[in-house]
Amino acid sequence: MTVNIKQWPGTALATRDLEQGHVLTVKYKPRAEYAWDAGVAIARYLEELKAGRLIARSCKQCDRILIPPRMFCEECFRPTDSWVYVEDTGTVNTFSICHVRWDVVRLDQPQLPAVIHVDGASPGMGILHLLGEVAPEEVYIGMKVKAVWEEASRRQGSITDIRHWKPWKEE
Amino acid sequence: MAKVAVVGAGMTRFVRRAQETGRELSWQAAKMALDAAGLRLKDVDAVVIGSAPDAFDGVHMKGEYLADGSGGWCKPTLRCYVGGGTGVFAPIQAWYHIASGRFDTVLVVCEEKMSSCHPHPQGAFLTIFDHTTERALGPNLLWIFALEMNRYMTVHGITKREIAEVAVKNKRNALDHPCAQLGANLTVDDVLASEELAWPVNRLDVSPASDGAAAVVMCSEHVAKRTSPQPVWLEGVGWHLDTAYWTNRDLYYPQYLEYAARMAYDMAGIKEPRKEIHIVEPYDPFDYKELHHLEGLLLCKRGEAARLTVDGVTQRDGDLPVCPSGGLLGVGNPIAAAGLMKVCELFWQLRGEAGKRQVPGMPRRGLAQAWGDLMQVGTVVIMGI
Amino acid sequence: MLSKLTTSAQTRQWPGHIPVEYVYTAGIAGEAFLRALKDRGMLLTSQCPQCQTVYLPARLYCEQCFEETKQYEEIAPKGWVHTYTVAHVDIDGEALAVPQIYAFIRFGGTNGGLIHRLGQTQPHQVSIGMEVEALLLPGKERTGSINDITCFQPTK
Repeated sequence: MTVNIKQWPGTALATRDLEQGHVLTVKYKPRAEYAWDAGVAIARYLEELKAGRLIARSCKQCDRILIPPRMFCEECFRPTDSWVYVEDTGTVNTFSICHVRWDVVRLDQPQLPAVIHVDGASPGMGILHLLGEVAPEEVYIGMKVKAVWEEASRRQGSITDIRHWKPWKEE
Repeated sequence: MAKVAVVGAGMTRFVRRAQETGRELSWQAAKMALDAAGLRLKDVDAVVIGSAPDAFDGVHMKGEYLADGSGGWCKPTLRCYVGGGTGVFAPIQAWYHIASGRFDTVLVVCEEKMSSCHPHPQGAFLTIFDHTTERALGPNLLWIFALEMNRYMTVHGITKREIAEVAVKNKRNALDHPCAQLGANLTVDDVLASEELAWPVNRLDVSPASDGAAAVVMCSEHVAKRTSPQPVWLEGVGWHLDTAYWTNRDLYYPQYLEYAARMAYDMAGIKEPRKEIHIVEPYDPFDYKELHHLEGLLLCKRGEAARLTVDGVTQRDGDLPVCPSGGLLGVGNPIAAAGLMKVCELFWQLRGEAGKRQVPGMPRRGLAQAWGDLMQVGTVVIMGI
Repeated sequence: MLSKLTTSAQTRQWPGHIPVEYVYTAGIAGEAFLRALKDRGMLLTSQCPQCQTVYLPARLYCEQCFEETKQYEEIAPKGWVHTYTVAHVDIDGEALAVPQIYAFIRFGGTNGGLIHRLGQTQPHQVSIGMEVEALLLPGKERTGSINDITCFQPTK
């Protein structure tokens, strides 16, 4: 009973307790290394990226064009039907201005991650990527962007074959 | 449907680094919950353990590791895990253990020891990004929250200043919680002036990494009526997933939670949640998430939660008290334990035992909620007396 | 079905790792156990006040009764081989230059025991039930680790 408990368990340690060996610890670094299979749909996605194109899959039951591509439609729970090339232009759905790495070490230059809705795919179909060639304060939701491709000879069949997406005005 | 009650609750202090091992923390919380219920381990028929990724504690098969400290010795024991949603999912598992009629008394224990993980617990969580199409970009877990917060703010025209009110409120509420890690008297300006991590997220918008455990004892109706002076009934449970293709859904609204909430309201016979729920403990790992979740829980209109907060409606003495415990932002965020802490809080609040944190007006019904997996699971319980 | 869909897909793999390392605390009972080993070369046990079970290594609580095991007592590191195995390969499957004997060692009057190396003996000389004692590092070299025991060896 919360009002009746005077002493709550749990012994708090400070960083120095560990660093100065006030308490005993054991260190362990697992060798957690993996080689993940790209799978059927993403293997093709990567191949097309290497060729400088974005590809999606279509499901004729829900009439959606899905990106990232997948071999089954999770809504209809049936195989998707065909490959469809989509544009390398799109719209910023949301973005951030990130100043830290995953381990919270400060970055020299902020990164601009964004969810980009890809033209030619169904409404709401976005991918995660980075924005570039733009000042952070000039980015806005709804901004039109275009992929900036790595030189053909340097593409590896990776999502990073697109260096970033830059502001773009429709012709 | 068979009635199921919570009859005891316990928790450890939430701290940045605990000396106790995860099993010791589990035992401390579980023992407290059993003592509060006036029960012994031999009275427990089954055990449910909730704990987030094994990679946080750095112990593989954490369910097995935690079993003895959770009372699982020679008993049917289950470990469940839906990421951040785990802490509220675990009592739902216990609910159907008991509602099925197979078990009378179930001990629920949730634990997390994130301090083991170096250089930062985020390292263990990077795999929630797709290994091929997303991790190659060098992502950061903060990205997801920052992207969602920006989308939410922009769609509704909400400011960071309004959102910061949540952090101020919850950290202040936590000053009254004896287990809290980050209780503080701050101003909105303090939050806005804290280090910008990933715009629009500043450091004080975020809950900390923590160590801790929480536990509850749950019983069938006949055992609860025999052993407990004031059972708190589980009136509704709900849980729901959205697509794991997180870039394919509009992040401004937590649709996963609306479905989970509707399931729980339906079971509890609640028609007008805003009038029938007296205390809310929504999942608040980030300040904007409290607002986002209040909307998904249908406790206000979309885009209206910030207004309620600024107007003081969600204060402990307001018309709709939200996170009277201090939430994850104030009490701390040992993932699974933080969700179950919210269930403990409702238990204490509804029994009028919350001391300095007590919500006035004798609240009779509360809701606790958690969120997690690939940011697309919602878990909800409704408790009442 | 899949073969029709994957006209030109190659097998593609994406390398990566999970960037974590751990610092584990020994815990309340574990700390006391390792301190006894480091400072006095003894093994710490704890006893349940209810069922009287004596745990080795010492624990904070009795898993059977859920009571705090408050009675701590040290015993000499002398026990017997409960079971053992002989490892011929390392964690990566590479052959070891010298086979390594690992044993589960139990101690009189206690519940539990220790997994450790057996040394100063040969695989064909080991038997279940064999009496063994800890070969400890000199006091100054001990760090409060289970490796403060170099190995267990046949009792002289």
